[in-house]
Amino acid sequence: MNLNAVASIYRFEMARFFRTVLQSIVSPIVSTSLYFVVFGSAIGSRIDTVEGIAYGAFIVPGLVMLSVMTQATSNASFGIYFPKFIGTIYELLSAPVNFLEITLGYVGAAATKALFIGTVILLTANLFVDLPVAHPVAMVAFLMLTCLSFALLGFIIGIWAQNFEQLQLIPLLIITPLVFLGGSFYSITMLPPVWQTITYFNPVVYLISGFRWAFFDQADVAVGISLGAIGLFTLICMTVIWWIFRTGWRIRQ
Amino acid sequence: MAAIVSVQNLTKSYEGGFTALDDVSLDIEEGEIIALLGPNGAGKTTLISTICGITVPTSGHILVGGHDTITDFRAARQLIGLVPQEINLEPFEKVRNAVRFSRGLFGLGRDDAHIDKVLAQLSLSDKAGNQIKTLSGGMKRRVLIAKALSHEPRVLFLDEPSAGVDVELRKDMWQVVADLKKQGVTIILTTHYIEEAEAIADRIAVINKGQILLVEDKEKLMERMGRKTLRIELTEPLERIPESLSSWDLELAPDGRALIYHYDSQSDSTGITRLLAAVRDAGLQLRDLQTRQSSLEEIFVGLVHGEDDAA
Ligand SMILES: Nc1ncnc2c1ncn2[C@@H]1O[C@H](COP(=O)(O)OP(=O)(O)OP(=O)(O)O)[C@@H](O)[C@H]1O
Ligand SMILES: [Mg+2]
Repeated sequence: MNLNAVASIYRFEMARFFRTVLQSIVSPIVSTSLYFVVFGSAIGSRIDTVEGIAYGAFIVPGLVMLSVMTQATSNASFGIYFPKFIGTIYELLSAPVNFLEITLGYVGAAATKALFIGTVILLTANLFVDLPVAHPVAMVAFLMLTCLSFALLGFIIGIWAQNFEQLQLIPLLIITPLVFLGGSFYSITMLPPVWQTITYFNPVVYLISGFRWAFFDQADVAVGISLGAIGLFTLICMTVIWWIFRTGWRIRQ
Repeated sequence: MAAIVSVQNLTKSYEGGFTALDDVSLDIEEGEIIALLGPNGAGKTTLISTICGITVPTSGHILVGGHDTITDFRAARQLIGLVPQEINLEPFEKVRNAVRFSRGLFGLGRDDAHIDKVLAQLSLSDKAGNQIKTLSGGMKRRVLIAKALSHEPRVLFLDEPSAGVDVELRKDMWQVVADLKKQGVTIILTTHYIEEAEAIADRIAVINKGQILLVEDKEKLMERMGRKTLRIELTEPLERIPESLSSWDLELAPDGRALIYHYDSQSDSTGITRLLAAVRDAGLQLRDLQTRQSSLEEIFVGLVHGEDDAA
């Protein structure tokens, strides 16, 4: 295992993040605050509680998930797409590193950034609402697993993408809708039965439900199923990445 | 002596089906400088990329330091430093960090003394803290070299190191190459400047259309193929070559003031003495004599064109 290489990639990626650290902190704070103004105050004042939880607090897990998923995906996809775009990938391909080390470096860095942003949002939310955490360990575990699995997904997208449009496409057309329709801002039990059934095909539902359970001890789906779903998703992403490096798909001619 | 790089029956076809390398075999000795010469699209970059692991061979084997580049890629790549043809650098990164990154990527621990030494060797010390985008093109190329040297490779590939580099810098770079050779580093370079190959290479390989046409010691190559030219300058210009000299294979210079004679300096009889006697007998007055050895460039053009004609 070439640990120096993993550390080098990780550090290099984090340096990119820290070059724009102010922007990285400020933008989630601003957008979270906006969500609270719009959903928490304007709409929330009419909704009051969902399943006995103050609406302002109820939306926090979904909000965090929304940012964490998009950040993990876009950071990881950009991280590996950029070297392809400017040609510096030659160095990765000619270095004594294997797929696991490259993935660990890029995905690790992207997951760290997403985790950082998730934490900033949680802290910001804490200023607006009272936020109980029923299962702290599970909360951290869900958060980290989500960062990791979506960074893996982003890594795949970054390798697949052949231009900047494709890079934006999946986050925009798939992740954001899935998160919005995955019960970020409402409970699935509020939907008509047909839509409830359809919703169960949305993988994000399991993540948000599990994450929300960690806060409020209430879930739309059983926690075990949530964990299983995210574990399965992570496994699928890893398998795809392994296959990509084995065949050199879109990276090695 | 065992070859440090051994390319065995290497064929590379790109996805579209284009065959860029066609059954190439080449052994590179440890410590030598070998120049790959060939026109645009000959397959030089493809050959280097395949040895370094950037492209995958379609068939054939490559050993670097005895390690197969596919099955034992870590050990093989550990020995290699690569300076690519294109200037591929992350624009916002600082020079020193970029070089440090390369060293880490090759699994070596941080060693700022070595990095500083490499930067100094390439006259980049005063730019170490600058963002790469603020450097000139020639400096960027030297950053690429610094990155390749950061992990102390035993084999260095330089793909057109002097493209976009001014004459003085090119000389500096030749010096760097000479120093590396002294340290025992094997150097494989591609170039379009034949003077560069002439100046620094020990051996020359000529490649065209994915095939190696010739690999030979530079000196021997120039001797073996080196035709010499004798230029006989005349006091009075001629309209055409006199009848009495028609049996000689002579050319008249465009201004009519010189006769040009090609001969092989290696042959037993060059014919020069008899030619000069014949020139005198024809009543021509000599002003001066010059001989010239044909350059590698002429040899190279001859080879590549000869191949085109045969095809
Ligand atoms: N990725 C690729 N896909 C398809 N064909 C390619 C690819 N890369 C190179 N080729 C083709 O392979 C041939 C050899 O290219 P290569 O870059 O090895 O030439 P070269 O000798 O380095 O030329 P130059 O002196 O211009 O750098 C060319 O015909 C080129 O078009
Ligand atoms: Mg080339």
